[in-house]
Amino acid sequence: MKITLAHGSGGKATGELIDEIFAKAFDNEILSQMEDSAVIAGSKKIAMTTDSFVVTPLEFPGGDIGRLCICGTVNDLLMRGAEPKYITCGFILQEGVDTEQLKRIVKSMAETAKEAGVQIVAGDTKVVEGTGGIFINTAGVGFIDENVDISAKKSQDGDVIIVSGNLGDHHATILASRMEIENSIVSDNAPLNDIVHSLIAGGIDVHVLRDVTRGGLATVLKELAGSGKCTIELDETAILVSSQVKDFAGLLGLDPLYMGNEGKLVAIIPENQANQALELIRQAEYGEDAAIIGCVKKSDMDEAGKLILRTRIGGRRNLDILQGEGLPRIC
Amino acid sequence: MQSREVEQGTEQKVEQGIDRVINQLKNYDGNLVTLMEVCGSHTAAIAKNGIPSIISEKIRLVSGPGCPVCVTPTAYIDRLIELAKKPDSCVVTFGDLLRVPGSRESLNEAKLEGAKVHMVYSPMDTIKLAKEHPEIHYIFAAVGFETTTPIYALLIEQLLAQHVENVQILTALKTMPEAIDWLMSHGAKVDGFLAPGHVCAVTGSDAFAPVASRYQEPMAVAGFQAEELLVAIYGLVYQVEKLRKDKLHTDMHIVKEQDAKRSAEIYDENRGAEWVLNYYPSVVTSEGNLMAQEKVDTYFEKCDATWRGMGNIPNSGKVLKPEYLRFDAGSRNLTEDHKKNQGCCCDQVLMGKIEPQNCPLFGKACTPQNPQGACMVSAEGSCATRYSIS
Repeated sequence: MKITLAHGSGGKATGELIDEIFAKAFDNEILSQMEDSAVIAGSKKIAMTTDSFVVTPLEFPGGDIGRLCICGTVNDLLMRGAEPKYITCGFILQEGVDTEQLKRIVKSMAETAKEAGVQIVAGDTKVVEGTGGIFINTAGVGFIDENVDISAKKSQDGDVIIVSGNLGDHHATILASRMEIENSIVSDNAPLNDIVHSLIAGGIDVHVLRDVTRGGLATVLKELAGSGKCTIELDETAILVSSQVKDFAGLLGLDPLYMGNEGKLVAIIPENQANQALELIRQAEYGEDAAIIGCVKKSDMDEAGKLILRTRIGGRRNLDILQGEGLPRIC
Repeated sequence: MQSREVEQGTEQKVEQGIDRVINQLKNYDGNLVTLMEVCGSHTAAIAKNGIPSIISEKIRLVSGPGCPVCVTPTAYIDRLIELAKKPDSCVVTFGDLLRVPGSRESLNEAKLEGAKVHMVYSPMDTIKLAKEHPEIHYIFAAVGFETTTPIYALLIEQLLAQHVENVQILTALKTMPEAIDWLMSHGAKVDGFLAPGHVCAVTGSDAFAPVASRYQEPMAVAGFQAEELLVAIYGLVYQVEKLRKDKLHTDMHIVKEQDAKRSAEIYDENRGAEWVLNYYPSVVTSEGNLMAQEKVDTYFEKCDATWRGMGNIPNSGKVLKPEYLRFDAGSRNLTEDHKKNQGCCCDQVLMGKIEPQNCPLFGKACTPQNPQGACMVSAEGSCATRYSIS
């Protein structure tokens, strides 16, 4: 079946679409009340976030827009040390969407939500003219323990930078799909609950967490150097890139330091807990290839805000944020 | 599942031989040596590896006209925009060209006024587009040096073989040896050139021998890894010093007595034509890729070409031969070249006369977000590269 404008009319077809596809997959006691808004229980500090997903292709090796939208939203909550609990999703469907594909995407969302321990508690669907595109907007809510305080401003002199794995896989996957290039690179899109929970439960005094999405590691760390008023120094030889991604990036003239990921984070950790934190991340799901890649310096104010890469041959390269549009949207 | 095949991005230890080369380049204390690279990928690789930060300040690396996008004159961009605005026409291009300023606007800006532009990753994608939309006339923006021209030759070959009639190309194809000749005859202050590795793979290193020997200017064909660049730079400094020594009977600084023999080996084992040293022998031969050259010669002939900021350089371009002119969208005589901003010093940057940061617009009026000159547009442009690392 194809989606038509009638599916967005608010009438019978809309009801059928919601019942047949969304409610069935996302079923939980809050959503099933089908009220105008979801009423949720909670105390503590609340973390809220929102994100929109417009990726093409809708399905790609290792994931799809459904998994991506849950991971993206959950990870944003996690980066403040929150426990993600609830998600809302607004679908904007273009006419011509194949309902079988929509079912697969919705199923993938439901499975990923289950994996990430969140409930989808509210939703909306609109249909617009077009040619089979799907866009999803999400909002997420999570709760933070009173004693957890993770923020971009908290980096300290001597802190160590850990990245949770190899870089560029999601970006390379999307580009390869669009270019119809066959390879075995798969997207890294994943919810990072286990890594963050392990660090907090393990008693690590996590100063900063960031997920390394659009703009890549260099953009994320350059922004952190600015907001933390510090210098960040990276060791090029410690930064992991799979050989496939490295070759693919080389072919297209891309730099893996600027390529997007959807299941990687950087953690800024006090030096005396660095090795313990690294071990915890490596034992957590999706963190097995974590590595210490650099450190924070606050001693030289002239260098504050700079991101410096020590290259393999001992050279120094100042890294800036991604310039220009980079490449077409990837999330 | 995550890919488990992970390797340390740059795990290999720098070999001991390279350590010695780095050490000598670091401690070089002779007369100033100015070396120019004329390949955008070299510009980017030098910056990416931080090479200027580990070699002596007495070895100056400058970037020449090595980025094809950067040397495309405004008349070419204007013509592309004119074509893209025609009804039932669509310009097909690589991404880099979109932001290059024409005399009034860039292709990106023209898009907002209804110009039709389609971005592709390979010229061959144009054939697929043309077959899917026979009612649209496609114009491929064929910009490039000796490296990309063979692909355009293949495109024409396929258009003929598949009887595709709704595709033309607008060419801005340039050849490097003539540009180096022009630079040297216009007073560029350069002691040696890093010859472009990819260009030489097609043309062969011998293509650079006449100009190198005419100006007694040593050239080193270099690869794109840090080590390959360092060894080529080392070879050039060695040879520049040797030439100066022969001329002036002065001391050599780079080669200490005990290293003289080893250094001479590095220099000798890669020897090519007298003035052109091939430090990229795994890819580059003296005669080059003969099949690619033959394809190019089948469809293209030499012409004069306008280089942005440098002007007309005789015989430095390629256009379709008269018998294939039906595939040409008006490439001849696109000679006008207007500066968008009169303060722009792209011409002097391209000639190695000033460093990018010495241009009054650099980092102020001219940034990668708002480029005033072409050197700031492409990721491999000398100004954009310098901006990104400064």
